[in-house]
Amino acid sequence: MAQTADPPKNSGFFYQKYLQVILRNLVMILIAFLLFGIILLLSGKNPVLSFRDIFRSTLGSAYGFSEVIVAMTPMLITALAVAFPARVGLINVGAEGQLYMGALFATWGALTFSGLPAWVLLPGMALLGMLGGGLWAFIPGYLKSIGLVNETITSLLLNSVAPSIVSFFIFGYWHAPRDTSTTSNFVKSARLPTLFGTRIDLSFVLAVVLLVLFWLFMKYTRWGLEMRAIGGNSQSARRNGIPLKIYLVSIMCIGGAIAGLAGMAQVSGYYGLLLANFSIGLGFMGFLISWIAGGEPLGIFLISFVVAVIFTGGNLLQLTQGLPYSVINILLAFTLFIVLARPTFFSKRRRS
Amino acid sequence: MSLLAVLGVISSAIYSGTSLLYTTLGEVIDERAGIVNLGLEGVLLVSASLGFAVTKTTGSPYLGILAAVLAGGLMNMVFGYLVITRQANQLASGLAVMFFGYGLSALIGKSFVGAKINPLPRYVLPGLSRLPLVFSSLFKFDFLIFLVVPMAVLIWWLLYRTRWGLGLRAVGENADTAFASGRNPKRIRYQALLVGGLLAGLGAAHLTIAYTMAWSEYMTAGRGFIAVALVIFSNWDPLRAIAGALIFSAAVAFQLLLQSSGAQVSPFLLNTIPYLLTILVLIVWGGNRKQSAPASLGRIYLGSE
Repeated sequence: MAQTADPPKNSGFFYQKYLQVILRNLVMILIAFLLFGIILLLSGKNPVLSFRDIFRSTLGSAYGFSEVIVAMTPMLITALAVAFPARVGLINVGAEGQLYMGALFATWGALTFSGLPAWVLLPGMALLGMLGGGLWAFIPGYLKSIGLVNETITSLLLNSVAPSIVSFFIFGYWHAPRDTSTTSNFVKSARLPTLFGTRIDLSFVLAVVLLVLFWLFMKYTRWGLEMRAIGGNSQSARRNGIPLKIYLVSIMCIGGAIAGLAGMAQVSGYYGLLLANFSIGLGFMGFLISWIAGGEPLGIFLISFVVAVIFTGGNLLQLTQGLPYSVINILLAFTLFIVLARPTFFSKRRRS
Repeated sequence: MSLLAVLGVISSAIYSGTSLLYTTLGEVIDERAGIVNLGLEGVLLVSASLGFAVTKTTGSPYLGILAAVLAGGLMNMVFGYLVITRQANQLASGLAVMFFGYGLSALIGKSFVGAKINPLPRYVLPGLSRLPLVFSSLFKFDFLIFLVVPMAVLIWWLLYRTRWGLGLRAVGENADTAFASGRNPKRIRYQALLVGGLLAGLGAAHLTIAYTMAWSEYMTAGRGFIAVALVIFSNWDPLRAIAGALIFSAAVAFQLLLQSSGAQVSPFLLNTIPYLLTILVLIVWGGNRKQSAPASLGRIYLGSE
């Protein structure tokens, strides 16, 4: 009953449908670029040059491409942190806070056990990061499971608490001798190894593995089936003997743990230290990506890629066009607006 | 610690709380009509940057306020188009608006970072003008501060004592029923978002033109989310929102007070107070089932054929 539909027998129709989806998405992105071009034009910049810069700096070179992968890695993980709880109908808006808590716990590990070899320290930090994120998600998960407070609100509020706690530890205890807003650089054994001589680190591999595992888990395990049952109708699932409360709490915690892992990857891989307010919206981005992708692993991958291209292109726009980096958020937002407002979207899932 | 320090702290708390209260009032109206606006942070940023830019360019803070208010309304209309007309998910659309605000405000404010403006004129509280200058200068407020509490009362009156408010709350509880009783839920939701956006714009204008008198990227520093928290904290009631904003301001004041008295309490931990308080309040209400969130908050109205 909960099996996915078989692919249509008529393969011509099958490909045509996918071609249509890809074409439609391309047109939507094109419209977003067009709108952004108008904004650039209004602010006295040359949109054609800007777009050339964006593409040249991302898809035009091996280095640029590797930077796109670097940028998409945390989004893949945080999107998964949202998509997993979403399968049982839990709305985790708290990936941002969980990411911070994961980074905090992992940093504690990196600073305290800096003498340990990498093969002990890195897994330890990953576990600590997952613990931090998981604990942070436990609060909304538990409150939801006992029917007290909606997890949307609690996880959202906790987002604003976590960065303050991180700042408290950095400014109060961990800061570097010369800079009070960051910790010292981590020792080499606390850094995730990078791949192919680029800035891509091991967490990208981890993210892809997690996405595949997520897909397999949902499709082929008993827990996946039960999760889909809860997502379909939680009350009937409960009456069928599925332990609803345990599921809700543990799934929320797993979601948080995944986001915490993204936090660990950010401090251990990307930055190599913990700095105050290091993420401006990575967790929120994960929520958006997961939502737009409908929680599907492949969709998460593709949309993260597009978002990462836009973000990475923003870096060069800042250098060559003299625009603030965050201006690229406009292009991103236009893309999101158009995707959110697309007409086919709400015929499939009408309820929020 | 001197009396002067305490008064100074109170004065700055009032300044920081005003923009928050305006924003919270706007969000109360949005949510009473059934719409959660997580894009508030972006709305505030765009309003603040535009208000500041206009003030700097024209030299008139009043034109700046006007621009900020209009920008707030316009931003909420963009959000409204997504969630009302296109029926997109409110949380996701709100976050998209937030990112839009990050970008647009950076573009608008680009050449105004570090600029100085003519601040909004400040008036001494009546009756206090005979105090020594050090005291009276602490209680010089601009007209937006004087207007904020009357505005809360006005919003309360609009929501609870007018037909428009009744219709708005009906839409927030159950849009289909409101439709059946002859109201147009989509139009009402647009109106709610427009008013909410104007108020958020007013809050942003106060923040940047009267309080900080400067523009920097991400300067709202989570005020949009504090406002969302305060709406819940104040039980979706404009009058209680005054109390909510006061408590938040008191937390800020307390923090400044501790710092000025040399106490070793981290400002970062104090920053978390409003959020933790809100969660605590939610837990207490949740247990008592007294929570009065609009019943169809966050639901998409699909139209009644």
